[in-house]
Amino acid sequence: MTPALELAVARQIGEFELDVAFTLESGMSVLFGPSGAGKSLTLALIAGLIRPDVGTIAINGHVVTDCARRTYVTAQKRRIGMVFQDGLLLPHRSALDNVALAVRQASGRRERRAVARSWLERVGAVEFADRRPGSLSGGQRQRVALARGLAGDPALLLLDEPLSALDSEVRHELRKLIRGMIISSRVPAVLVTHDAEEAEELGDVIVAYNHGRVTGTRVVERPEGRGAPPGAPESTGQV
Amino acid sequence: MKRERNTGQDLDNKQKAAVILVVVLLGFGLGFGAAHLLAGYIAYWDIVSGPFLLSLRVTFAAGVIAGIVGTASGYVLAKGRFPGRDLLETIGSLPIILPPTVVGYYLLEVLSPGTSAGGFLTRVTGHVFVYNTSGCIIAAAVAAYPFCLRAARTAIEGVGPLFEQAARTMGLPNWRVALQVTLPLARRGIAAGLTIGFARALGEYGATLMVGGDINGKTRTLSLAILDSFTTPERDTMLLILVLVAIIAMTGVGLLGRSRA
Repeated sequence: MTPALELAVARQIGEFELDVAFTLESGMSVLFGPSGAGKSLTLALIAGLIRPDVGTIAINGHVVTDCARRTYVTAQKRRIGMVFQDGLLLPHRSALDNVALAVRQASGRRERRAVARSWLERVGAVEFADRRPGSLSGGQRQRVALARGLAGDPALLLLDEPLSALDSEVRHELRKLIRGMIISSRVPAVLVTHDAEEAEELGDVIVAYNHGRVTGTRVVERPEGRGAPPGAPESTGQV
Repeated sequence: MKRERNTGQDLDNKQKAAVILVVVLLGFGLGFGAAHLLAGYIAYWDIVSGPFLLSLRVTFAAGVIAGIVGTASGYVLAKGRFPGRDLLETIGSLPIILPPTVVGYYLLEVLSPGTSAGGFLTRVTGHVFVYNTSGCIIAAAVAAYPFCLRAARTAIEGVGPLFEQAARTMGLPNWRVALQVTLPLARRGIAAGLTIGFARALGEYGATLMVGGDINGKTRTLSLAILDSFTTPERDTMLLILVLVAIIAMTGVGLLGRSRA
């Protein structure tokens, strides 16, 4: 089975050096570690927002970065979805338009909006489809951001601490939603968090980060038997 | 307590009276101004209407040209990574600093069919750009351009890169990121520059005089006509029209910038 993500990259930014390598399968993988460990930088490298100094990245078997061969697929062509910490919804567009902008698989405006509306329905945000992000609560904005991340039929969904700015009640609610959406959409996902509880609740595999290095990986055991995705790596190191 | 309440009520009444007085005075002022304008416009129709309508056309065309070119070049300067960007902005801003007559001189050098550059331009386009409306529009656009350029560059640089990065992860090509993300987010700053640009185009005088020629009925804009009629009775009407048009144009462009979409 082709891995969802194969990554071996290094990047120096000032004093900080990131040097990581891992392979992730389908399901939800969590990059877990303290702030400044290099988790979000790794997501930016996967998304194509930053170039590594050396290394390779392959998404679903397609090489998107290979520094040795000077291969670099732009962020636009990587077919990824991304959910940011504060949503980063366009403030001058309605929730529906924000999601519709990300729809790649439809050509006409009406068709794109129909796909966007169906995603808003799936994340429970269709009732504020016509509202602008400024009038939405943090939780509502992240629902829309999740719909936007998935609406483009991505090969990989990247979630950069999407729940860290929310209060605990909304956070719990959205964890269930994210978990449910990943399972139902079958889109492999990589989540960044420094919250251990969140990592346990959402992750099928946890990749532990510290000081720009991977310190271990662990498959999360789930009592209902939906835990380890096929081809998940063996646990290594301290997680 | 009772006395305090009465005092408060008295104050309220005084405030209401003051507001009514201001409204009435403003109403009288505006009514008088409008009546004067209308009467003057009707009385001096032949003299005023030509420059007035020409000024509207010139200002609109120059504002649109300066807005589009200024925003596009502001975008290139804000996003481009090449040496000499600040120097280019300085060159683009010269019409602010240089005396209008100097700007007019250089424009004549570039546009006049008698010069080598102007002759080439005339041959290529088949159109003469001096002593006609085109000349007035170019002169006004050149005067308005630096304001649009500088405001656009500052506003575009102020748009956080995260929104643009988010748009790229959605698969939007760079031109759609620019049109659907960056420019809408920078629209208030761009509109502020456009407002000043419009005002500058409306009031343009020196370069327009040199490139347009102040030909009565052809290139005499309102600004030029005011000087020509400085000792005549229609002067006040022209001044009032110019002020009113400036207020309306600037308010309109300002509202456009504050609009939601």
